[in-house]
Amino acid sequence: MADGPVAEVLLRRLETADGGLDSAELATELGVEHQTVVGAVKSLQALGEIIETELRSSKRWELTAEGEEIAQEGSHEARVFRSIPPEGLPQSELMRLPSGKVGFSKAMSNKWIRVDKSAADGPRVFRVVDSVEDEVQRRLQLVRGGQAEKLGEKERSELRKRKLLTEVTLKTYWVSKGSAFSTSISKQETELSPEMISSGSWRDRPFKPYNFSAHGVLPDSGHLHPLLKVRSQFRQIFLEMGFTEMPTDNYIESSFWNFDALFQPQQHPARDQHDTFFLRDPAQAQQLPMDYVHRVKRTHSQGGYGSQGYKYNWKLDEARKNLLRTHTTAASARALYRLAQKKPFTPAKYFSIDRVFRNETLDATHLAEFHQIEGVVADHGLTLGHLMGVLREFFTKLGITQLRFKPAYNPYTEPSMEVFSYHQGLKKWVEVGNSGIFRPEMLLPMGLPENVSVIAWGLSLERPTMIKYGINNIRELVGHKVNLQMVYDSPLCRLDAERGPPSTQEAA
Amino acid sequence: MYKRVMPKGEVQKLIITEETAKIRPYAVAAVLRNIKFTKDRYDSFIELQEKLHQNICRKRALVAIGTHDLDTLSGPFTYTAKKPSDIKFKPLNKNKEYTACELMNIYKTDNQLKHYLHIIENKPLYPVIYDSNGVVLSMPPIINGNHSKITVNTKNVFIECTGTDFTKAKIVLDVIVTMFSEYCENQFTVEAAEVVFPNGKLHTFPELAYRKEMVRADLINKKVGIRETPENLAKLLTRMCLKSEVIGDGNQIEVEIPPTRADIIHACDIIEDAAIAYGYNNIQMTLPKTYTIANQFPLNKLTELLRQDIAAAGFTEALTFALCSQEDIADKLGMDISATKAIHISNPKTAEFQCLRICVLFSSLSSAVSHLLLQVARTTLLPGLLKTIAANRKMPLPLKLFEISDIVIKDSSRDVGARNYRHLCAVYYNKNPGFEIIHGLLDRIMQLLDVPPGEKKGGYAIKASEGSAFFPGRCAEIFARGQSIGKLGVLHPDVITKFELTMPCSCVEINIEPFL
Repeated sequence: MADGPVAEVLLRRLETADGGLDSAELATELGVEHQTVVGAVKSLQALGEIIETELRSSKRWELTAEGEEIAQEGSHEARVFRSIPPEGLPQSELMRLPSGKVGFSKAMSNKWIRVDKSAADGPRVFRVVDSVEDEVQRRLQLVRGGQAEKLGEKERSELRKRKLLTEVTLKTYWVSKGSAFSTSISKQETELSPEMISSGSWRDRPFKPYNFSAHGVLPDSGHLHPLLKVRSQFRQIFLEMGFTEMPTDNYIESSFWNFDALFQPQQHPARDQHDTFFLRDPAQAQQLPMDYVHRVKRTHSQGGYGSQGYKYNWKLDEARKNLLRTHTTAASARALYRLAQKKPFTPAKYFSIDRVFRNETLDATHLAEFHQIEGVVADHGLTLGHLMGVLREFFTKLGITQLRFKPAYNPYTEPSMEVFSYHQGLKKWVEVGNSGIFRPEMLLPMGLPENVSVIAWGLSLERPTMIKYGINNIRELVGHKVNLQMVYDSPLCRLDAERGPPSTQEAA
Repeated sequence: MYKRVMPKGEVQKLIITEETAKIRPYAVAAVLRNIKFTKDRYDSFIELQEKLHQNICRKRALVAIGTHDLDTLSGPFTYTAKKPSDIKFKPLNKNKEYTACELMNIYKTDNQLKHYLHIIENKPLYPVIYDSNGVVLSMPPIINGNHSKITVNTKNVFIECTGTDFTKAKIVLDVIVTMFSEYCENQFTVEAAEVVFPNGKLHTFPELAYRKEMVRADLINKKVGIRETPENLAKLLTRMCLKSEVIGDGNQIEVEIPPTRADIIHACDIIEDAAIAYGYNNIQMTLPKTYTIANQFPLNKLTELLRQDIAAAGFTEALTFALCSQEDIADKLGMDISATKAIHISNPKTAEFQCLRICVLFSSLSSAVSHLLLQVARTTLLPGLLKTIAANRKMPLPLKLFEISDIVIKDSSRDVGARNYRHLCAVYYNKNPGFEIIHGLLDRIMQLLDVPPGEKKGGYAIKASEGSAFFPGRCAEIFARGQSIGKLGVLHPDVITKFELTMPCSCVEINIEPFL
């Protein structure tokens, strides 16, 4: 556009113009649409300092459609006057004329006509004067001719009140010469092209400066979900530590594997309808390893393996009840049972990261389903000190080096520990996980050798993700109400890197 | 240190009749003699009962505790069960008598008591305890009588615990009396009460049994990872109120377990106490010498590889809920729920919650109340992705989403009767359906899985098909390695509208397990 004909003309006119020129005037002169001139002005502006522009708005009076009609045909009242013959006209007939209703009252107030109410066949309208001057039409014609300024303020507002005139704002540009004014425009190149390379013409062309402060074009890419990016990192950490991934592709579990095998008694509140999702269909697990089941039953109800037991009536039906697993520890139990069947015993390190389901109160940080991370080590002679050591290595890979341990309670671990780390931002110790040594009542009925200890720990996947990515409401992260823009924009998951610029990092 | 003593005069007796057998067979009792309550002790006494009710008593279903001012009563007491209409008394904090039927009605609106009514509500006989003058002590597990109400001035307390678990009833009684025997004139003593069972057998309570357990010092050291002398370990345990001493060959520690520690059922419980006394943070951290080679679960390994390349193909990963409504996986897809082989939840949850959305584009907060109905586990990933699109309407088009995750189907060949399948689902949502784009994604996936086109040689092919969720003429079934692995196509406008969407949409969903 900048090298178009309108722009060229504009520049030539500007050269000879005194001070500058108005875009609307130029448009009228050239016989083009005002917008065309505006377009040329804008493209010339983009080339740099060639022209200077000033946005001006001017008001103009224009006739409305009705105003146009009256300028053409005369005002309603004048037409009414003209349609009354010397002998007068019945008012009813007058009113039926096109300008009748409007014109009648105006003509009356102008005292151009009168009404004889006492006439024989109804009210009759007569002329009062012989002729009239149609002022309104004259004034409108002035405006139409572009001479609105000849009318007084009062006259103009009167016509506007009658909706015959409107004031129109016109935005125009006052264009004057810029510091780099020239009538010949050399178009500035923006990009190198193949032709320029082959012809070498790039050497002679000026290139438009690149705006380095603007953003580039984001590549059209797909994205990975932040929670699953964190999951990938945790998987990496476990694999780096030599942990084998357990199969956890079963959301449906029996109460036996979810609770009983873990030595969680059938009367435990967690087995309430309020905390666990039980299934209507399929309601019961049909296959259970019965000899193992009997050992579990005995341990719960009578004790054994050095334990007093819980001393209650253990019911097989209760153990058969299917549910949506409340923890992946059920999968760990299955894995440990399989391990115990392999003789001789070989030590193992297992992990899993998968979905679990809890029928709990929902709020900004809790959902009915979330992901649990679990690590398990089974070997001879493992101690609480070993558990703490493993935890230290694990959390170091997350960039967490300050750990403290607090006594806790789990139905299936004893001793149990809550793991805390110091949060620099919140300036307090926060819980980062739960851990413990599995109870002998759980391990021995499986058939694991007596001096084999199994240490385990777990944490949720959602919590570290929300902390890492600064998300306060879990629903924006998990589920269909996810904030897709957040997914598009979320950075790489680097668990051992601090958030924010390096200058705010503090030594642990 | 806690002692059960026989009274100088008559022993309080609680006689259980056989009518209780079907509803609430067990009862235990004890007396706290010459106790001195203050306001704080009194409040604590009530609070302890409530706490016990909530946890070990499993919300009064297993055990219910009743405490009474003994001076207002006269034994022997009878624990029986009667028809609700035959039970009439003035309950706690009310000033007139009601029958049990009337009380059941009244307490339906009591925020605290309404949770316990179900324990006896539909039974023919309700449990009730009388004294020798016919005064009602309580109607367990609902409410005590007003007559024997305990106040700060009460000097002698009669405690009864009734329930369906004998062990728990005994433990609960032991806990209450040990905790409050401190405030009796004869400190740490509890007066015995006798309970006569329907078979005539007589038991004296509280049991207040002390148990002795033998633990080897080197076992404690080995399990914790410390190196303390047996004497030190015994000291640590004694500090935890488990009186211990070294006996025998110098390696054995005899631990006395008081009635306040019903939680100690195995040596590992004692070991934990030793570790706590030692201080967890004092234990030296060591690494196990366990040498293992790690293996990935093949299905997860495949999933991780595929995710990366599908994102590279321009699709964005979603993570949707596994639990949803029947409508989501059936009606909205033009199917009947029975055809889905979905698993059904027996206690479906309707969750209503306030959801705060921070709209990035307009920097505003909007709040919405959402209803989440959880009836089934999903049998397809499609509804989750469509709901994700519906919740992100303001995002620029096209929306290209995918998810690789588990669905659940009933399967009687599995031990629990159901199994997961790992599905891959992708959707394209735009002003045009983009079937060729979804088709192209499928081709790319097959390329990544090294599955050649063409049904021969274990390749893949797609054949025109129909599906209630798809637009007629724009649906195909995908066959690979000799089996049907899923479908792709343009979604039916009914599906689009039912998920509150407005643009055309095409999708592909396959089972990736055949590619392991």
